[in-house]
Amino acid sequence: MSEVAPSGQRRRRRRHDPNAVVPEAEFTSYYGRPVVKASPWTLDIPAYFFLGGMAAGSSVMAAGASVTGRPTLRRIARVGAFGGILGSTYALIHDLGRPERFYMMLRVAKVTSPMSMGTWLISAYGPAVGAAAVGEFAHLLPLPAPVRKLLGAVAGPAGFAAAALAPGMATYTGVLIADTATPAWKEAGGSITTAFAAGALVSGAGIGLMAPLDESGPARRLALLAAPGELLAVMRMHTEAGLAGETYNTGTAGKLAKVAEALLIGGGVLAAVTRRSRIGSAMAGVSLLAGACVERFAVFEAGQASARDPKYTVVPQRQRLEARKAASADE
Amino acid sequence: MDHPPRMGFLTDTSLCIGCKACEVACKTWNGVPEDGLAMLGSSYDNTGGLGASTWRHVAFIEQKVAATPETPNFGQAPEGNTGNGATDLRWLMSSDVCKHCTHAACLDVCPTGSLMRTEFGTVVVQEDICNGCGYCVPACPYGVIDRREEDGRAWKCTLCYDRLKHDQTPACAQACPTQSIQFGPVDELRVRGAARVEELHERGELTARMYGENPDDGVGGAGAMFLLLDEPEVYGLPPDPVVVTRDLGALWKHAASAAAMFVSVSVAAFIGRRK
Repeated sequence: MSEVAPSGQRRRRRRHDPNAVVPEAEFTSYYGRPVVKASPWTLDIPAYFFLGGMAAGSSVMAAGASVTGRPTLRRIARVGAFGGILGSTYALIHDLGRPERFYMMLRVAKVTSPMSMGTWLISAYGPAVGAAAVGEFAHLLPLPAPVRKLLGAVAGPAGFAAAALAPGMATYTGVLIADTATPAWKEAGGSITTAFAAGALVSGAGIGLMAPLDESGPARRLALLAAPGELLAVMRMHTEAGLAGETYNTGTAGKLAKVAEALLIGGGVLAAVTRRSRIGSAMAGVSLLAGACVERFAVFEAGQASARDPKYTVVPQRQRLEARKAASADE
Repeated sequence: MDHPPRMGFLTDTSLCIGCKACEVACKTWNGVPEDGLAMLGSSYDNTGGLGASTWRHVAFIEQKVAATPETPNFGQAPEGNTGNGATDLRWLMSSDVCKHCTHAACLDVCPTGSLMRTEFGTVVVQEDICNGCGYCVPACPYGVIDRREEDGRAWKCTLCYDRLKHDQTPACAQACPTQSIQFGPVDELRVRGAARVEELHERGELTARMYGENPDDGVGGAGAMFLLLDEPEVYGLPPDPVVVTRDLGALWKHAASAAAMFVSVSVAAFIGRRK
C-alpha cells in the first residue's frame, strides 16, 4: 500500500522562509505529542543549580582570601558559600515528590547516577562549608571557651576542604541535566558543564565584590574573566544543541537568556569601572549574581520546551538513522 | 545464581484491534488510579500516552492510503473506487508499554536504588524506596515513566512482577483477545517476531518491521519489542533511542576539563597585584 497523504499523524513544516539556509525540518509524530517526557521538576531545580554554583564559587573565593590574607573577603565569601549550600540543599529536597524520604539518597552510591554522586558530594561539602562559616563567628557564640577555640581552629582546614570540593560542586549539575533524554540538555552536554562552572565563578565573584575595595581585587578580576567566559560558554551551548538550540532563543527561555546576557554584560562592565566605589562594586556583584541565576533558569526552561516538542527528539534521531542507513548502503 | 530466563512482551500491532482490554486489565490488576477522562480528538485514543497512571496505552492512527480494486465501495460514486487518486483508510493500532530496556536509563540515573532489575530481567520501581526525585522521568528515551503528582513517586509498568513470581502471564497479555500482546522469554519472542515479519512481507505487508528487537541498538535491545506497520515515530516512538548513560564517561570528561578551568581561572584571579 502506498501512502497518498498523511493524516492522523501530523506532518509539520515551518512557514517558508525565503532566506532559510537550513532546509525546513519535516517530521512525523503522533498527534504532535511529545516523545520524551519533560522533567517534573519545578523552579526549585534551577534555583538549586544556581545556589550550589554560588556556594562553589564563594568557597574558592574564601580559600583564596585565606591564603592571601584578606579576612573580610574571606568572611563574606564563607557566609555566601554557607547561604548558598543551605538554599541549594533546601531547594533540592523541597523539589522531591516525597521530601521526607530524602535520606533514601544515602542508601546507595551509584556512579551511573550524577544525582547520587552529587548527593554524596554535597554531604561532604555542606558540613565543610558550614564549619568554615561557623568558625568565622565562633567568638560571638555563647559557648565554653574550648569549644569556641575548636570551632575557630577547624574553620581554616574546613574552608580548604570546601574549596577542594568546589570544582566538583560547580560542574556535576551540568552532567546531571546533560545525562537525560531532554534534547536541549543532552545535545549540549559538553558546553553545559563549562557554562555551569563559569556561572559558579561569576556568582563567586559577585559575592566577593561585596567586600571592601582594598580586598575585593581578586573578585573583580574573577568577574572580568568569568563573565565573558560564561557568555562564550552559553553561546557555544546554543550551537552545540543543534536543532534543539532554537529552544534557547525562543519562548520563556529566550527571554530569560536575553535578561541573563544583559545582567552579565552589565555586571562585568560595572565591575570594570567601579574600582573606587564600594556601592558600585556591590551593584556589579548583584548584577552578576542575578545574571548567573537567570541563566540557570533559561537553561532549565529551554530543556523543558525541547522535551515538550517531538520535533527535537524525532528529527535528529531520524537524521542519525538515515545517515547510518546511507553509510551501510555504501559499503 | 540461578534465575529464570529474561521475560518480555512482543506486541504485534498487525493483530491489534484497538479494544483497550490491555489498558483496562492493567489498571484493574495493578490498582492504577484514573488518569483523566478528557476527549482528546485523536481518533479513538482518549488515553494520550504512557504515564505514571497509564502503563498500557493504545495508539490509533488513521492513514489515508490509495484505494485498491478490493476496496469496498460503500455506496459511493463508482468513479470513487477506481484507485485513481481515490483513497481508503488504513487504521493502525498499537498498545504501547514500558520497554524494559537492557540498558535502562531510568535505572541507571535513579539515585536511591529504587529502580531495580528483577530476576526476570525486567525493570521495576520499588515504591517503598522512591523519594520522587523525578530524575528517571527526563532520563527515559521513550517518555514512559512519570511522577504521579498526587502521590509524589515515580510509577510505570512492572511487567506484572507479582504475577510473574507465580508463573502467571501479565494482565495485559492475559486479557488481549487477539494475541497482539504476547508474553514469553525474550529470546523466543525475537525469533517469533522475525518469523511473523517474514510472513507479513510474503502477504504483501511490506511495511512490517520489528522495533526494539536488536540487541545492538541504543538501549541494548528492549525486553518489550514491537512489530510495527510504519515508522516508529508514527506511533509516537523514538526512531533511534539511546540510553543517556552511554555517553556519561564523555560527560564526566567534559566536567573534568570544566573543573580544571574553574580552578585555573580562580587561581589567576588571586595572582597579581595586592588589591
